[in-house]
Amino acid sequence: MPDLQQHDNGAISTLLPDGRRWHFQHGPIDLVLRADGSPSDCEAAYAAGWERFPHVLPELVGELPLLHAPLSGKDADPDGPVARAMAEACGRHLPAFVTPMAAVAGAVADEILIAMTSAVTLDRAFVNNGGDIALWLAAGQSLSAGIVMDQDNPALDAFAEIDAASPVRGVATSGWKGRSHSLGIADSVTVLARTAAAADVAATLIANQVNVDDPAVTRQPAHTLDVDSDLGDRLVTAEVGPLSAASVQAALSQGRKVAESMLAQGLIEGALLSLKGETWAVGAAGMQSKLAAE
Amino acid sequence: MPEGSAAQKDDGVITCNACPVLCRIREARTGACDRYGNVEGVLTRMDPFIVTQKVAEKDGDLVSFEGREWDGSLVQGAPIFVTGIGSGTTYPDYKPAPFIVASEHNDVDMVTVVSEGVFSYCGVKVKIDTDRHVGPETAAIRVKGEQVGHVTTAEYGSQMLSIGGVNHLTGGSKKEGNVTCQTMLSLCNGEALEMSIDGGSEMVIQAGQPPIINGHQEERMRVGCGSATLGIFAPQWHGHADEVIVVDDHITGVLTEHQAGRFLDMPSAGIRVRGRKSTPGRYFQVAEPGLGWGGTDITEPLSIIDKIDPKSAWPGLRLLMVSTTGEDSGYFVLNDDLKPEPADIPDPLQVVVDRIGENCEPALSTVVFMAGAGGSLRAGVTINPVRLTRSIKRSLTRVTCGGAPVYIWPGGGITLMVDVTTMPGDSFGYVPTPALVAPIEFTMPREEYEALGGYTDPIKRIEDLVETNRLEVRAWHADAPWPGAPLGGGPA
Repeated sequence: MPDLQQHDNGAISTLLPDGRRWHFQHGPIDLVLRADGSPSDCEAAYAAGWERFPHVLPELVGELPLLHAPLSGKDADPDGPVARAMAEACGRHLPAFVTPMAAVAGAVADEILIAMTSAVTLDRAFVNNGGDIALWLAAGQSLSAGIVMDQDNPALDAFAEIDAASPVRGVATSGWKGRSHSLGIADSVTVLARTAAAADVAATLIANQVNVDDPAVTRQPAHTLDVDSDLGDRLVTAEVGPLSAASVQAALSQGRKVAESMLAQGLIEGALLSLKGETWAVGAAGMQSKLAAE
Repeated sequence: MPEGSAAQKDDGVITCNACPVLCRIREARTGACDRYGNVEGVLTRMDPFIVTQKVAEKDGDLVSFEGREWDGSLVQGAPIFVTGIGSGTTYPDYKPAPFIVASEHNDVDMVTVVSEGVFSYCGVKVKIDTDRHVGPETAAIRVKGEQVGHVTTAEYGSQMLSIGGVNHLTGGSKKEGNVTCQTMLSLCNGEALEMSIDGGSEMVIQAGQPPIINGHQEERMRVGCGSATLGIFAPQWHGHADEVIVVDDHITGVLTEHQAGRFLDMPSAGIRVRGRKSTPGRYFQVAEPGLGWGGTDITEPLSIIDKIDPKSAWPGLRLLMVSTTGEDSGYFVLNDDLKPEPADIPDPLQVVVDRIGENCEPALSTVVFMAGAGGSLRAGVTINPVRLTRSIKRSLTRVTCGGAPVYIWPGGGITLMVDVTTMPGDSFGYVPTPALVAPIEFTMPREEYEALGGYTDPIKRIEDLVETNRLEVRAWHADAPWPGAPLGGGPA
């Protein structure tokens, strides 16, 4: 595969400087892909991923209004495979307020991973869509994912060791400082689940619940920040000032409650909730916090 | 649609059409990609752009601020020049360039038009300081198996390479174009790059660094050709050697036959070298080009001696053989059969051999970016592009690349050359066309800008521009002329 390719519709693939990973970009989608295996299998996997990639954004754009609409349980099925995976992953969380867009990043990562791994047999592969990661592991393989809990003070705060025997094939992180707005105040919520789409929506919904009524939290109607936000005039977090220890405990307790319920329903495999330097784990087999260890 | 690519509504929201998502973006926010944002109602590429500041003293040391080293923040009062790096480009070009900036220099109102040019017509000229034979003239230069250029002329102490150009970028296969684009990008951004020459060497080239040829890092340039070396050092050898042969692939010099030796009344030593005689004491092609002495293929210096004439030579004759860099040398004394025998080199001769090395400049690879800015790029500056060309030719408009001085070729169009090491780091980018993207700035007195039909409405004051947070400040290259100053102007 050439180091640099551009599809007629603007999708671009570039080999990253390390010579191993690829960067696929189209509009707001930024993927980093890596396959481990024989050189010819890896090459075929990347080619298959690239074959599929340029079609993903146009498919989603074609049914955006449906994907931005809150799910009710009686919704029409979307047409595209990525859109269907989004609606399905999000629908499992009803009756919570959720739109299929809550799983878009994870579902795109899953889709490209499926294209790569359907083509050939690899040792390992992952597709990282801005922190929402879909992974594939052959028997006996494992992958260590680093977790940054506060993007303003980036450090490898924790890591998740995922091996082929566990059902985890998706990792996603959400927080109020991220790309999309949050109703909650978590610095980060990292979720391990069976797919990246499932992890993506769960991380979003748990992060929304890590919340407390405190004057240090500044909130703003979502549409004043982003005209097209699915959250409409709901108040989203704009700033979080210093919080008392009691407020931090209260907010994390709220989040843990919903995470434990998701774990019990089999919607997630584990979660790591972080707020103001405090980190709480739920389930989280294989997920280790360096902070907790110290 | 005032900006062509963004539709504005009354509430300040613009719709971006950089991709099919068509994000609606509020003022001072970015779209879903974080790459495009709404800056005062204008759809804007959000990567930081780079300004340089004259924070250096004349001797090139950074000014220290309150005892600390300069930390890269904007310094109050120091002059600022906005470079095109990261400024983006407008397409089509008939829209005004991304930034048109007003500033003052010694009470003269100046305008700088700042843009990033997309150069389909561009190439890289590389000068490698070496006398080693890197490959025959016109031989293909390859990177990852693709031809990206060719060997051109040998110059004094150096070899020229031509890399890139439109025929490799867009005239060949898609792969050839992409590899050529990445090759130029790496070289222009100062990265080390491996290349191979058909029928020649494997090389690692990096701007401003010594070339590595077949795994051997070049240390120094030759002091001159063999003849020139005799011309410099003959009197210093005189009295310590009876014959000096300076081995060089271009011209090998033989002291007693050479004008330099005649002038010192040295008797002919009767040692005849191989090759083709040019003028007395100067020989072409004493051996094949190679990686041995003085850019020849010889490692055994006596092998270039054709014969020793018994009528002129004498037992005890002292012979010095040396290369044009002083890296290789040998000292011999003729025995009773007039055969050269190796001997310890006397100190006075060793001193001069060492002095050859001392007089050789460090061998470097230099990379000059060459591109044509004569096309529609000019339309982002003025509605009447030929007037820009004329203003440049009359030395009224200064052209810079990332603030660095450029050489403009005489003749038609705006064909420029710039030493990439004088530009800020990572100045270059690319587009998948493939083509290289490079910063370019046109600076002229405001009067001149108005006269050549420039866009006066979008002119922004530099003070307003620096208030946005997207600036990255770099220290000005102290040796270069300040790019914001007016040029003198020349004949019409």
